[in-house]
Amino acid sequence: MSWARIWAIFKARNMEFVRDRSAMGWNFAFPALIVAGFAFAFSGKPLDMYKVGVLQTTGAKPDLVFFKTDYIKFIPQRDREEAIIAVERHQLDMLIDTDNRRFWINQSSPKGYILERVLYGTLAQLETYTRATVTGREVRYVDWVVPGVLAMNMMFSALFGIGFVIVRYRKNGVLKRLKATPLTAFEFLTAQVMSRLWLIMLVAVLVFIGTDYFIDFTMHGAYLDLFIIFTLGSLCMISLSLLVAARVRNEELAGGLLNLISWPMMFLSGVWFSNEGIHPLLQKVAQALPLTHLLDASRAIMIDGSNLAGVSSQLFILLIMTAVFMLMGAMSFKWE
Amino acid sequence: MPSLLEVSDLVKHFKSVQAVNGVSFSVERGSCFGLLGPNGAGKTTTIEIMEGIKAPTGGSVLYKGEPLAARFRHEAGIMFQSTALQEFITVRETLQMFAQLYSKTLPIESLIETCVLQEFLDRDTRQLSGGQRQRLLLAIALINDPEIVFLDEPTTGLDPQSRHNFWNLINDIREQGKTIILTTHYMEEAYTLCNTIAIMDHGRIIAQGTPKELLAAHFSDVVLQLPLEGLPAHFAGLPFETVINRDAVEILSHDVNATIQELLQHGIDLKYLQIRNRTLEDLFLEITGKELRH
Repeated sequence: MSWARIWAIFKARNMEFVRDRSAMGWNFAFPALIVAGFAFAFSGKPLDMYKVGVLQTTGAKPDLVFFKTDYIKFIPQRDREEAIIAVERHQLDMLIDTDNRRFWINQSSPKGYILERVLYGTLAQLETYTRATVTGREVRYVDWVVPGVLAMNMMFSALFGIGFVIVRYRKNGVLKRLKATPLTAFEFLTAQVMSRLWLIMLVAVLVFIGTDYFIDFTMHGAYLDLFIIFTLGSLCMISLSLLVAARVRNEELAGGLLNLISWPMMFLSGVWFSNEGIHPLLQKVAQALPLTHLLDASRAIMIDGSNLAGVSSQLFILLIMTAVFMLMGAMSFKWE
Repeated sequence: MPSLLEVSDLVKHFKSVQAVNGVSFSVERGSCFGLLGPNGAGKTTTIEIMEGIKAPTGGSVLYKGEPLAARFRHEAGIMFQSTALQEFITVRETLQMFAQLYSKTLPIESLIETCVLQEFLDRDTRQLSGGQRQRLLLAIALINDPEIVFLDEPTTGLDPQSRHNFWNLINDIREQGKTIILTTHYMEEAYTLCNTIAIMDHGRIIAQGTPKELLAAHFSDVVLQLPLEGLPAHFAGLPFETVINRDAVEILSHDVNATIQELLQHGIDLKYLQIRNRTLEDLFLEITGKELRH
């Protein structure tokens, strides 16, 4: 293996990308525009609907006057810990446990305060309910969607940036010309992977910083952990793209195959909405998609403040997928 | 001269098509070997097997007595019939990139001079004219100071001036002692540049030798050419072997003096008579039975 040859191809590919202003501009503009669009769409005053989680572990909801109040949505909760976290994130304005006669509100939530007053006013046996408070910043939809948009951009950039380029090179004879030199397939693929990986990460970091400046989204975990997850996720998508582009010599077919992979990922992996509500069979399909694991891990770090140990299962799956895709792609690669 | 490349019983099938069917020849070190043939004759498939780009269905190619191996990639320079280069990269950067792929290279400045690239060195490769592009591709083929250079139809599509300039470049390379393997449609090109010629058709070699040997072996006549316009009607009844070539009639003659005398006796006006020797193009048409398609 020659690093000089890898460096030569790496440099040439980078120059191609950087000088193709339209393609490069789109790589930066696309995710920023989407996030900005969502930030704008969700920046208005939300509907004044109060959300109260009702812990029900032993049976039916008791017949309290509080539960008959208008403009309050009562949402049954099964897991107490998860429900408390929802209060911390302002996803629930109050949590009430009728079995243990206890309620939780977020100290910084005006809605929690109002609901507490409503509860006091409607309960006959007020003294039997214990008040508990939690703290935590509100998790807006835009906080939830930012990792999705960043990961989706990585996916598109990796799949189309590698797959399309290799198929185009194969179709117009660039690969054939390179095959006539001492360059090996491994060196060529390594250069392509490295070139695309650093470009994806550069775009991701810049879009992350820029978006955070304007939207100030939630980031509870460590930046390094997120960087590692994003790097591994990108590498996994690039490897998947290498596999798709290993033999195809027709750009239309490559485009079709890449769309066939990217669109289910976009809708099943939870970019725009949580995939918890989708059909169980589709949930199983989603588990086979690398974007699902990249998103789960990045949201765990950004929103839940998890660390690498906390997302070790996603890391492991992404590593395995990367290795399998890379190996299959390299073994089946054809210059022509 | 010893052989640098030996091709033996080369066979290549593409599904139901037999592109190359038992081709054998050897290329001497320092020579220019021309592979000629009509479209679809199997020239490009043969040269690409020799370059190690395509794998043969049968037969072998030996370089310096050994099967093609990693060393061959370092010692061969290849110019394909059609090649795209990475986009958004200048001519100089393209040369630098290819130079980095080899362990031994010629100084880029000398290549620039040899292939006359000075005028468009900083131009994007997408903005080159046909002739400029071919010169760049030749420079890339020479970048590793190769012992053997493969040129697959290098002047196809070039205007006559660019083509003659390109021939001068190839002659310069040959004079440096490099071995050249060339495929071409142009018989004049083959006659000017090649020491040895092999004519292919239907995947086989149907004639091989030096241009002079081939012409001597196939022709002992010369061609007397007269414009069709103005020929008397009784010309058709004269006992000459003739061929109509567009607006002229060509009389094939083994004795020029006797033929001219006979023409004069029959009152044929010889004011516009042209006499020429047989060319490779005549040979090509005779043995392949096909017109050249450029």
